[in-house]
Amino acid sequence: MINGISINYYLLLSAVLFIIGAVGVMARRNSIIIFMCIELMLNAVNLLLVAFSTLHGDASGQVFVFFIMAVAAAEVAVGLAILSMIYRNVKSIDTDLLSNLKN
Amino acid sequence: MKGLLIISGLGVLAMLAEIFRFKKLLLPIVLLGIVAAYAFNFMEWNNGFVISYFNNMIAFDKMGIAFSGIIIATAFFWFILANDYFEDETNVVDHFALVLFALVGALMLTSFKNMTTLFLGVEIMSIPLYVLAASQKKDLKSNEAGFKYLIMGSFASAFLLFGIALIYGSTGSFDIMEIRQHISAHTAELPTFFYVGVVMMLVAMCFKVSAAPFHFWAPDVYQGSPTLITALMSTIVKTAAFAAFMRLFMIGFAGVSELWTGILAVIIAISLVVANFSAAMQSNVKRMLAYSSISHAGFMLMVILANIRSNISVDAILYYSLAYSIGSIAAFGIVYNVTKGGDESFDAFNGLAKRNPGMALCMTVAMLSLAGIPVTSGFFAKYFVFTAMIGTSYKWLLILAVLTSAVGAYYYLKVIIAMYFKPQQNTEPVIVERSQVMVITLTSAIVIAIGVVPGIVAEMFRF
Repeated sequence: MINGISINYYLLLSAVLFIIGAVGVMARRNSIIIFMCIELMLNAVNLLLVAFSTLHGDASGQVFVFFIMAVAAAEVAVGLAILSMIYRNVKSIDTDLLSNLKN
Repeated sequence: MKGLLIISGLGVLAMLAEIFRFKKLLLPIVLLGIVAAYAFNFMEWNNGFVISYFNNMIAFDKMGIAFSGIIIATAFFWFILANDYFEDETNVVDHFALVLFALVGALMLTSFKNMTTLFLGVEIMSIPLYVLAASQKKDLKSNEAGFKYLIMGSFASAFLLFGIALIYGSTGSFDIMEIRQHISAHTAELPTFFYVGVVMMLVAMCFKVSAAPFHFWAPDVYQGSPTLITALMSTIVKTAAFAAFMRLFMIGFAGVSELWTGILAVIIAISLVVANFSAAMQSNVKRMLAYSSISHAGFMLMVILANIRSNISVDAILYYSLAYSIGSIAAFGIVYNVTKGGDESFDAFNGLAKRNPGMALCMTVAMLSLAGIPVTSGFFAKYFVFTAMIGTSYKWLLILAVLTSAVGAYYYLKVIIAMYFKPQQNTEPVIVERSQVMVITLTSAIVIAIGVVPGIVAEMFRF
């Protein structure tokens, strides 16, 4: 229990956010939205870690969240750089155009 | 640990090379640094005691040191091979730094003790590779490879993290040993979401080692990336991901092995079948090698399965990683030179035996080794895996592995047939740099050497 709310609700909320993100990555065709969906998945994890950290009264879960935030920022920086490079070549960020690799 | 620090230092040094103008000296410095890292690694192996660093975040035990040794040795060969890749590029120093930082991540993965270092190792290794995969800016294929690698890589990382969060929630710790102790002490009272967490981490790690059915990114990424970066991915990255897989599941989750061994057996079976049959249908050599690496992933996972069931020593997987990495370096070195003209199909190899007999011979050795034909190290690598599997209840998997190996021989032999029996359209010999000839010859010789005396190498890794 955290502030009278059972941990199961936190778990459920994070799971729902995570699934929305995962479905978004697979279903959407716009690269920017795919990045947003990945961020959503990572933030679902952050929420869960903070909830568990409070539940256990242990700070290491919250420290882990900082690592995730830093790494997510680095990942998005690289991702947007690659995306702007693709945009320069094809003038679009639609992932359907990226299907040149086949046998 | 000293090896890890030296390579991190080299990465920082590489970034300074542009400012202080010692670009020309960078390759010799990096090679010297890697030799030094290997020497320190070797000394730590002989020391015999394990020191843990940063509150038990990382500790180089025998298994970690052995995997680090394989990774550092492969990196040494890779840097000599990549000599002219670095010369062509305008921003050489960035590429050096990125490869070195990826290497740091790989070394962290071999020896993590905590979920934090596992996650950071995966990311430190992957993020430079996303950039390297997309490093040919004007080439849309390279862009696409980088983009796909990034999306699939961060998708897998998100699964890994959700798994870590669930396991932290149920055990209250990120430390591998504490998780192991918690599992053995409270087996009955573990909540359901703990098992979900273990399965999610299994899926994420299968993404990272590119085992089917989570392999779909691998052929595209391997094909689109610059060939030498593909070589890096299929040797160093693969070995590091396996080291992490082994440590996580054989140490951390050994107590719940009934849960994941069944799933792992199915994953291995799918990997072997899908990879070998798809590889047989490819006409692009790099795609073929990508599928071949998926099937090798299946073989390496078999050792983990055998080990957890019957406590066989891990030297089989070390021998396999070494044989596979060295053989792949030789194969990719030749593929890089042969496909320089842009043609990446099997036809590029037509008549290579007449044009470059030496290269053709080395390619034959590498292909035979990957196929697992006797006298080469690949044969004994598979032999050790099969002997490890015999003692387990997964005999059906063993039979499947032998059958799919036979399919595997077909597509490796296709390259050899093209080189020796197909007529050549082009009589010009491929020009290969002297340093590359040296690496390719040396790695092919090692493939034969550790195949002739497999006992010595396997004994070397015993601890």
